[in-house]
Amino acid sequence: MDSLSNARLMTAAYLSAGTSSFTELLTGSAPELLPGTGTHAVSASLAADLPHATTIVAAAFDGGVVMAGDRRATAGNMIAQRDIEKVFRSDEFSCIGISGVAGIGIEFVRLFQVELEHYEKLEGRELSLEGKANRLGGIIRANLGGAMQGLVVVPLFAGYDLDAGVGRIFSYDVTGGRYEEHRFHSIGSGSVFARGSLKKLYAPRMSTADAVLACMQALYDAADDDSATGGPDVTRRIYPVVATVTADGYQRLTDDEAGAYAQAVISGRMSAPDGPTSPLRAAIGPGD
Amino acid sequence: MPFYVSPEQAMKDKADYARKGIARGRSGVVIQYDEGILFVAPNPSRALHKISEIYDRIAFAAVGRYNEYEILRKAGVRYADLTGYQYDRQDVTARGLANWYAQTLGTIFTDSPKPFEVEIVVAEVAQTAAEDQIYRITFDGSVNDEHGYVAMGGQADQIATVLKEHYADGAPLSQALSTAITGLAVQTNGDRVEIAASQLEVAVLERTRPHRTFRRLTGARLEALLTQAVPAAVQDGPAEVGAAAGGDSGSGPEDGGAADEGTPDGGSAG
Repeated sequence: MDSLSNARLMTAAYLSAGTSSFTELLTGSAPELLPGTGTHAVSASLAADLPHATTIVAAAFDGGVVMAGDRRATAGNMIAQRDIEKVFRSDEFSCIGISGVAGIGIEFVRLFQVELEHYEKLEGRELSLEGKANRLGGIIRANLGGAMQGLVVVPLFAGYDLDAGVGRIFSYDVTGGRYEEHRFHSIGSGSVFARGSLKKLYAPRMSTADAVLACMQALYDAADDDSATGGPDVTRRIYPVVATVTADGYQRLTDDEAGAYAQAVISGRMSAPDGPTSPLRAAIGPGD
Repeated sequence: MPFYVSPEQAMKDKADYARKGIARGRSGVVIQYDEGILFVAPNPSRALHKISEIYDRIAFAAVGRYNEYEILRKAGVRYADLTGYQYDRQDVTARGLANWYAQTLGTIFTDSPKPFEVEIVVAEVAQTAAEDQIYRITFDGSVNDEHGYVAMGGQADQIATVLKEHYADGAPLSQALSTAITGLAVQTNGDRVEIAASQLEVAVLERTRPHRTFRRLTGARLEALLTQAVPAAVQDGPAEVGAAAGGDSGSGPEDGGAADEGTPDGGSAG
């Protein structure tokens, strides 16, 4: 009886005029499926012992944007997983990386992917890049209760703006606040080191290969100083996940391609362990 | 003043009403080809679609009242996305969706004073042609499991007869399109040339494409396919020469149609 009336309710929800948002469909008719719902008060120690996703970097280059993430998930002082993936295709022209509680973060990504595709199918057009960025903010905001209990998830969103013809990067805080980042950005436990590294290595209008290499160097620097960020694992051939988004769409580097960049970084560091240095007295200021 | 109407009469009236409504619109065709499933429907509108994507390997085609099948299309997308989100993407099947449509249309037919004036097809492309699934669902919720080809709409039976004559397993896309257009020509008294690219909505589920297999065929690609598909019945050689030459070859057969018939459709296309 209960399941029958539930089925009727779902049918009514499907047939209603409704909106084109998948999240709203869930909120209205199956709220238990939303990520992070039903989370009760979680003790701080438990929250800290859940697997956490760590560092993500992104950089805009000439004609697109690159995003890269290390492969480590940590649970307290333990390594929970050494080949976790934290950078995902969100749709044809955008990608998303997550840091924070991995379990909820991955659910967010799944929800966001369906959200974008759902809108596209119902409306017959893609959301604008800003529309996608705003929608992600809304999804993060809905988890504010969970975040207050220590289940913090913060995404990094990047995509190719088809109208403007450039790659753009958006960062978020736990309240869903959305901030457009220019040139490059980093999130997660090793982000301080990665950002410092990118700051010195980034140049405007870089080529794709240079931008990928800069991100790889930044992740190496993060792994160098942050225990929660994993460096390239040459023995197991586990390398960072690297994705580019250009006018041709989302493309993830194969393991061999990412491995080649990682090897280049490692062989460079054999002679200079701290990596490339930037000129101390630059003639031109950054960003010009 | 309530009158007694027997249930038989009430159902018959509803069915007649729905059939009449559906017969007012043009019919559509869904047909298998070697690399997937082809959907063809006469539709002058570029924005109001009769053929749509539902999920990775599932598409939807409908004839009848636009506002009613649009409700069903959106419901199908919601059903599929929710099922895929709840379980996994591979757990969304055409069979499940067809059952849901059948149940919903059946309930509407019995419970609501006015039945939906629609006929829909749900198709899923599989790894091999033998495993492809095509379901036709009518206004009262009856489901038919079809193989090879299916026509929907008021003249579905006549069109299906023509399709049966011309259909061949494992035909390439252009031949399948040709068969579909020959079938659809039944409703314009066998005059195939009237069906120009601007008057057709064409889409495919491509078997080998990863992730989302649905693609609309429009513009130059459709023109090129039509010049391959149409010449056989239109004229003898010239259209094929035009196809090889490229350029504005697409207008060749259409112009012929406009000259012959003088229809407003042909005129606007040429």
